[in-house]
Amino acid sequence: MTDAVVQPTPASATPEGGHLLEVRDLHVEFRTNEGVAKVINGVSYHLDAGETLAVLGESGSGKSVTAQAIMGILDTPPAHVRSGQILYQGRDLLSQSEEQRRQVRGKEIAMIFQDALSALNPVFPVGWQIAETLRKREGMSRADARKRAIELMDLVKIPAAERRIGDYPHQFSGGMRQRVMIAMALALNPKVLIADEPTTALDVTVQAQIMDLLADLRRELGMAMILITHDLGVVAGVADRIAVMYAGRIVEHADVRSLYRAPAHPYTKGLLESIPRLDVKGQELATIKGLPPNLMRIPSGCPFHPRCPYVQQVCVDVVPHSLVLGDGRTSECHFAQEVLDDSAR
Amino acid sequence: MFRYILRRLLQMVLAFFGTTLIVYALMFAGQGDPIQALAGERPVTAAQRAYLTEKYHLDATGVGGFFYRYFDYIRSLLQGDLGQSLTGRKIGEILQQAWPVTVKLALIALAVAVIFGVTAGVIAGIRRAGIFDNSTLVLTLLVLGIPTIVLAPLAQFFLGVKWQLFPPTAGAEPDFYALLLPGIVLGSLSLATALRLTRTSVAENLRSDYVRTARSKGLLKRRIVSVHVLRNSLIPVVTFLGVELGNLMSGAIITEGVFNIPGVGFNLFRGIRTEDGPLVVGIVSVLVVVYLVSNLVVDVLYAVLDPRIRYE
Repeated sequence: MTDAVVQPTPASATPEGGHLLEVRDLHVEFRTNEGVAKVINGVSYHLDAGETLAVLGESGSGKSVTAQAIMGILDTPPAHVRSGQILYQGRDLLSQSEEQRRQVRGKEIAMIFQDALSALNPVFPVGWQIAETLRKREGMSRADARKRAIELMDLVKIPAAERRIGDYPHQFSGGMRQRVMIAMALALNPKVLIADEPTTALDVTVQAQIMDLLADLRRELGMAMILITHDLGVVAGVADRIAVMYAGRIVEHADVRSLYRAPAHPYTKGLLESIPRLDVKGQELATIKGLPPNLMRIPSGCPFHPRCPYVQQVCVDVVPHSLVLGDGRTSECHFAQEVLDDSAR
Repeated sequence: MFRYILRRLLQMVLAFFGTTLIVYALMFAGQGDPIQALAGERPVTAAQRAYLTEKYHLDATGVGGFFYRYFDYIRSLLQGDLGQSLTGRKIGEILQQAWPVTVKLALIALAVAVIFGVTAGVIAGIRRAGIFDNSTLVLTLLVLGIPTIVLAPLAQFFLGVKWQLFPPTAGAEPDFYALLLPGIVLGSLSLATALRLTRTSVAENLRSDYVRTARSKGLLKRRIVSVHVLRNSLIPVVTFLGVELGNLMSGAIITEGVFNIPGVGFNLFRGIRTEDGPLVVGIVSVLVVVYLVSNLVVDVLYAVLDPRIRYE
């Protein structure tokens, strides 16, 4: 590790009492010719300096859209932010001008994406793409930006960085490409790094390397991280807290240990039960019956009720409120306590 | 990159022999009596027939004789001798006069296509489904739907004869102004295709993942479009324009005919009409080379623009 590169951001960047980043009651919809899809329906979560929040959910649950709303890179149309606030260091990003938001991107909050091959521009060398951020945002000279790009590639442990700086994305392996992505995101020393399924497109062994790298970098650089994933296995070792999303809502929110020990929402419980276990052989894998809801016709009441083993009439009629269960845990389930008791047993 | 070009060059050699062989075969293999064709309606004396048979190696018959004459032709072609047309003029001289005219015309047409087609295509791609996009869609469909044989006389009649904005015909040694209207007519088809291609390519690239990445880096929209999107979008457009330049260089038979431009297409058409075999084969052989070279340039340009091609 080159020491020169490491410049930890002080945790004091957060104003007194507030969170570093806070999403409040966010609503996003996609207006298409076929109708309006309610993709995000009142998501709230927060992130403090130096911590890692995992956002967990199936595809279509709205986890990536929330992240893109934070970054301000939603494609509008079709996406429209209907209401809500995204507070960064106490300021609402959603009420800022495009130019102000642009200044935040990369410099305050940076993001890495799922498939690095398509997320990197295929016709420019990787070093050029890393240096571009530095040249355009920091006004660095070509030579300085190049030097810094090599440092960043060293930082993310790309072997022979100096030799490979002129190579194109397609010349790298999947894992190395994701490292390039990470180096690019770290270029401006962001305080928040959003990792949107950073390991989904990778081999299992490489997944572990990338997760370790992210965890190390987060610690060394003192960043906060939002880790978006659908893979419970990825989360366990890295995250401090988990927010579980379903149909554009946060259905459960807890610290990692309590959530793994005893989930308080039937959906989380189903997810945990569907992980294959080595110690229980010869049994069929448990699955969550049914399919994720069509976001144009979200079921009444609790959106999970058609798939839920705990379903009662109240679930069909009434949207559950967020139930506080102690230790900062919340669950959006009418029977959260029962589920929790069942799980703990 | 060097190996890439070398491979393309080797392919070119094969393509050259293949195409010239086919053209030569099509023109001469089916001919019943080439000497009578040469003489037209007039009778041919035995002495003349013997002389011409000797001169064109017509004594060798069958497939062997055909290849003998073909290689004879290729040999002189490689020495730069294109032979004589049936009218007795050197084909090299004919091309020397016709070529500059066609090249000028082709460059005007290409410039029209690049300047208007690509620019409008980029704007239409950025403002997808807007007024500009939709009106260019209608216009390009209109242009693509009208064949040159209709468009050229229409333009000649209205812009040349009726409103007298341009000279209606070009004449023996046309200047830039005389070639402008034919150039625009000729280029309008490439323009329409280039516009549609650019528009689709830009619109598609704007939605790609790397644009999302560029935005998350906090780059200005202007830079994202002009550097990231444009560079990727132009790859198919450049390919199209390069091939199109090859097409335009090989002469526009209809446009040159309508506007009376003494270019390559004009001469080629005359050769076909008067069954002037040597002239047709001579011109086509040169066109093959022009076409192959322009394709090579496209391939190299393609590899320069898209690094993924270089290492295939």
